[in-house]
Amino acid sequence: MADERKEIISATDVHLFYGRNEALKGITMDFRENEITALIGPSGCGKSTFLRTLNRMNDLIPSVTITGTVMLHDKNIYAPSTDTVALRKEVGMVFQQPNPFPFSIYDNVIYGLRLAGVRDRRILDEAVETSLRQAAIWDTVKDKLSESALSLSGGQQQRVCIARVLAVKPDVILLDEPTSALDPISSGQIENMLLELKDEYTIILVTHNMQQASRISDRTAFFLQGDLIEYADTRTIFLNPKEKETEDYISGRFG
Amino acid sequence: MNDEIKEKLLKKSRATRSEFRGRIISFVCTAIIVTVVVSIFYFVASKGLATFFSNKVNLWDFLSKTIWNPGSTDSHGSPQAGALPMIVGSFAVTILSAVIATPFAIATAVFMTEISPNKGYKILQPVTELLVGIPSVVYGFIGLSVVVPFVRHTFGGTGFGILAGTFVLFVMILPTVTSMSVDALRAVPRYYREASLALGATRWQTIYKVVLRSSAPGLATAVVFGMSRAFGEALAVQMVIGNAALLPHNLVSPASTLTSVLTMGMGNTVMGSAANNALWSLALLLLLMSLVFNLVINKIAKRGKF
Ligand SMILES: Nc1ncnc2c1ncn2[C@@H]1O[C@H](COP(=O)(O)OP(=O)(O)OP(=O)(O)O)[C@@H](O)[C@H]1O
Ligand SMILES: [Mg+2]
Repeated sequence: MADERKEIISATDVHLFYGRNEALKGITMDFRENEITALIGPSGCGKSTFLRTLNRMNDLIPSVTITGTVMLHDKNIYAPSTDTVALRKEVGMVFQQPNPFPFSIYDNVIYGLRLAGVRDRRILDEAVETSLRQAAIWDTVKDKLSESALSLSGGQQQRVCIARVLAVKPDVILLDEPTSALDPISSGQIENMLLELKDEYTIILVTHNMQQASRISDRTAFFLQGDLIEYADTRTIFLNPKEKETEDYISGRFG
Repeated sequence: MNDEIKEKLLKKSRATRSEFRGRIISFVCTAIIVTVVVSIFYFVASKGLATFFSNKVNLWDFLSKTIWNPGSTDSHGSPQAGALPMIVGSFAVTILSAVIATPFAIATAVFMTEISPNKGYKILQPVTELLVGIPSVVYGFIGLSVVVPFVRHTFGGTGFGILAGTFVLFVMILPTVTSMSVDALRAVPRYYREASLALGATRWQTIYKVVLRSSAPGLATAVVFGMSRAFGEALAVQMVIGNAALLPHNLVSPASTLTSVLTMGMGNTVMGSAANNALWSLALLLLLMSLVFNLVINKIAKRGKF
């Protein structure tokens, strides 16, 4: 049934080198629209690195070389003509550590809109409310929008960061272990929120938490030492993995 | 066996004893420093206040009158100690030099940290450090032989005055403000920049909307620090400002600052005379101003923690 969904990103034979060290050894995989895809694998296997190739954040590291293609809406984002600024508006990113700017909650959420030159107070107010509601934190912060985002708890900060991304209205949201710094309750709230968001967004999530991957993702990809070992429906990966390494990892035998 | 352990635990260990000794030493040193600071304050204050209590100069006259001739008395019989020209001179050179230095310093700091953090930083960092270390008399000498003639040719007059003083102070405080601004920008966590870029900001937008904005308290501290240096600088300013205790009517007429009058006058007055006390009052004013600068810096720095 899920197979009819449209593919929004497809990566083909992506190799990435940090200097001479090959961190991604030819990754080919695609992501479907309005699905949650989980990337799992032991530490250092290249999950974050791969995630960062999808919005070209790796470009910021001088020693990196990348080959292969990543098509977003049938356009290669590694083509020389690609505007990375526009790309990152379409492919938003949430980091492992909550990283709100040291500004007010309001200013955090509208940051992306301000960049785009939106000045109209009404539009901004509306965007703030919508994005904070989507991020399931509107009720908590609606009376203190002008307070510093740094005064919030870690889980609340992470949701403000998610709202900040949502306000830009990206098509794809990349999340790199978004709940690893949070307590189980905040993590659960963020998981529920992601499930609601997937009707409107394509979500790609790196996680070390097997329960999290199995609870919320539609498809799961298992990485090992820069290789994509197995990529299938989440049920298949967790119940009938084809590869021995996947099974070992999921059952906690290594990693 | 048991007793041995017990004894060991009860006896003061060597580490405890040496910790105790360390504490005593640092306490004594701190006490000495505090004593010195307090006595300096007491000394300057007692001398400086004598102008108002023994020589009966009105405080308001001191701050607002423009005739500085504390050796002679006016019609009421009190010394003519009107410090306004020096106050104006000091504030004028301080504010003007800070206003000019700030954009240069911040632009240089942005270049060193954001635009060329490897090459540019490696070249400019030692240069700024070197400039910070140059003695002020050298700056004054260069000011005297380059800036003053330049001002004379370009703007007329003698060349001595606020403009020349501003120039010299600008060059003097620029490296200090720059290197403190660099520290402020480098203290901005990397992940703020990443978050901004990931939201589709250009590098330039990231610099002015996130990096400069979140380091604003640190940058303000740098500027105030530069101002406090400019305010307190004596020698270099004295060499180029013309040293006329007159209210300056333009930027190229000879003027004076609190510090320049002090350095010029200190040797020429008799301890305990009205003229000498009046100089101490200027010193007291300087001390209070540097206190104000420090308070401002502390206040800003407190707000700027990440
Ligand atoms: N900036 C970098 N410079 C050089 N090598 C890097 C850099 N970032 C990552 N690597 C290397 O690339 C490999 C993959 O790292 P990556 O961060 O993608 O792993 P990961 O799967 O996200 O691990 P974790 O689960 O610990 O976050 C590692 O061997 C790491 O040492
Ligand atoms: Mg990672």
